[in-house]
Amino acid sequence: MAISRSEVEHVAKLARLKFSQEEIEEFTVQLSKIIDYVNKLNELDTENVEPTAHIVPIHNVFREDEVKPSMDRDKILMNAPYKENGCFKVPKIIE
Amino acid sequence: MKYEAVIGLEVHAELLTESKIFCSCTTKFGGEPNTHVCPVCLGLPGTLPVLNKKVVEYAVRAGLALNCTIANFSKMDRKNYFYPDLPKAYQISQYDLPLCSNGYVEIEVDGKVKKIGIKRIHIEEDAGKLLHENTDGSLVDYNRAGVPLIEIVSEPDMTTPEEAYQYLTKLKNILEYTEVSDCKMQEGSLRVDTNVSVRPVGSTELGTKIELKNLNSFRAVQKALEYEIKRQIKVLEEGGTIVQETRRWNESKGITEPMRTKEEAHDYRYFPEPDLVPIIVTDEWKEEIRKSLPEMPHHKRERFIAEYGLPEYDAKIITSSKKMADFFEKCVLEYDSPKTVSNWLMGEFSRLMNETGKEIDEVPVTPQMLVKLLKLIDNGVISGSIAKTVFEEMFGTGKEPEVIVEEKGLKQIANENELREIIKKVIVENPKSVEDYKNGKEKAMGFLVGQVMKATKGKANPQLTNQILKEELSK
Ligand SMILES: [Zn+2]
Repeated sequence: MAISRSEVEHVAKLARLKFSQEEIEEFTVQLSKIIDYVNKLNELDTENVEPTAHIVPIHNVFREDEVKPSMDRDKILMNAPYKENGCFKVPKIIE
Repeated sequence: MKYEAVIGLEVHAELLTESKIFCSCTTKFGGEPNTHVCPVCLGLPGTLPVLNKKVVEYAVRAGLALNCTIANFSKMDRKNYFYPDLPKAYQISQYDLPLCSNGYVEIEVDGKVKKIGIKRIHIEEDAGKLLHENTDGSLVDYNRAGVPLIEIVSEPDMTTPEEAYQYLTKLKNILEYTEVSDCKMQEGSLRVDTNVSVRPVGSTELGTKIELKNLNSFRAVQKALEYEIKRQIKVLEEGGTIVQETRRWNESKGITEPMRTKEEAHDYRYFPEPDLVPIIVTDEWKEEIRKSLPEMPHHKRERFIAEYGLPEYDAKIITSSKKMADFFEKCVLEYDSPKTVSNWLMGEFSRLMNETGKEIDEVPVTPQMLVKLLKLIDNGVISGSIAKTVFEEMFGTGKEPEVIVEEKGLKQIANENELREIIKKVIVENPKSVEDYKNGKEKAMGFLVGQVMKATKGKANPQLTNQILKEELSK
């Protein structure tokens, strides 16, 4: 197996996903297959190949530092399930 | 066993651009919650970020001022974590190819110069702000989300809290000079985190690192480090071990305490940001930015000594803040005694700034107003000691000096007849001192001058007082 069960559990936790025991089993097998497949690339000699930072061969796409109007707050908050005093409301965070 | 500390600092500085890093929303501080946001900085589906060119220029400028190598090729990455202040659940930052690396700043501790390495400077976006006023939930304001930041990571080259303090002061000074950040800690435009560990002197192995948070001033950084180093040494001396954790500085208690942190906080699963293309800084562009660098503190200091004849001590203090140096130069444009100006800036001005905790640009006194005050002294309208009273009033109210002098009746008594009458009265009332003076006791003269000042509430012109007193006493 290219990936262990506990790694799948760890990644699921990082991604805030909750799976049943059966699903974890199933994903461990499936993800291992995917990783094995991609691992084929490791057979290539990449000694003198620059790592790819971006698949499109362009660089320096910038905008000028100009302020434009922001969006209306009513619109911004329109789809928020919970809001209060012009803010998005989320479950209580304790720092 | 003797222990030494190993200290590293991470400084976040907000860049002074007009618009955010990836969208055209304003970066202005304050504003009603969520009024400086748009679909891009909220990370709504279907939007794409476009990098603000000025962010790259400012970061490179800071990097050059901090003696860094500027990367020819650099890229943006995603730092993934879930927290409500981060609308996209990832922060666009830089991971393995930061814009600047391998720099240093020089600090002075106990008269010795020490180089503190700067590992890297990268650009990233700021997060929003959580408001905890609510009882059944937290409220989020995304106005700060997407404001450009540079993160400046030092090498763990500092061994004492004093060195950390000096490093921060120097760093802030340089950032202010380069005009890339206004470095206001109270507005959050400069933020400091620090790592500290201790180890036996002579050991090359690093001890377990503790991260300190909630450091709201450079003094707080220093105090928190002092406390934390003592705490760690005590734990080790008692045979315990240091547990890696994040601790927060409790300013009112003067202690550090463990902090509940985000779970798995250090597994960010960085990967290249597919929505943004790489950044290439050519030598030409780099040199263009280098040319835009303003005069740096040590150059300014040398120039102030050469051009204005300031003593080295004065030059060092005046140039320790760019704002103070600018203020000074505006004054000497209109007033031809640089040393007098520097005396006022280092004296009354600094004293009142320290007392009120204000920066020079937050004080209502302008260079023109200070010059007017100095000219009032030179022209004999007010005495030097009265000038201090006037200055305090200017500092508090922003009123022009001549208005204060008029309103409070502080004009010097320079009218000879008026002053002579007062002096005659003082002589009559103090026969003992008059006799002492006539018997050769010079000290009696000082006493009599003091009595004249008392009678005039300090408004008597000192030279004239001396002259008339001598005349009257020799009669
Ligand atoms: Zn925006």
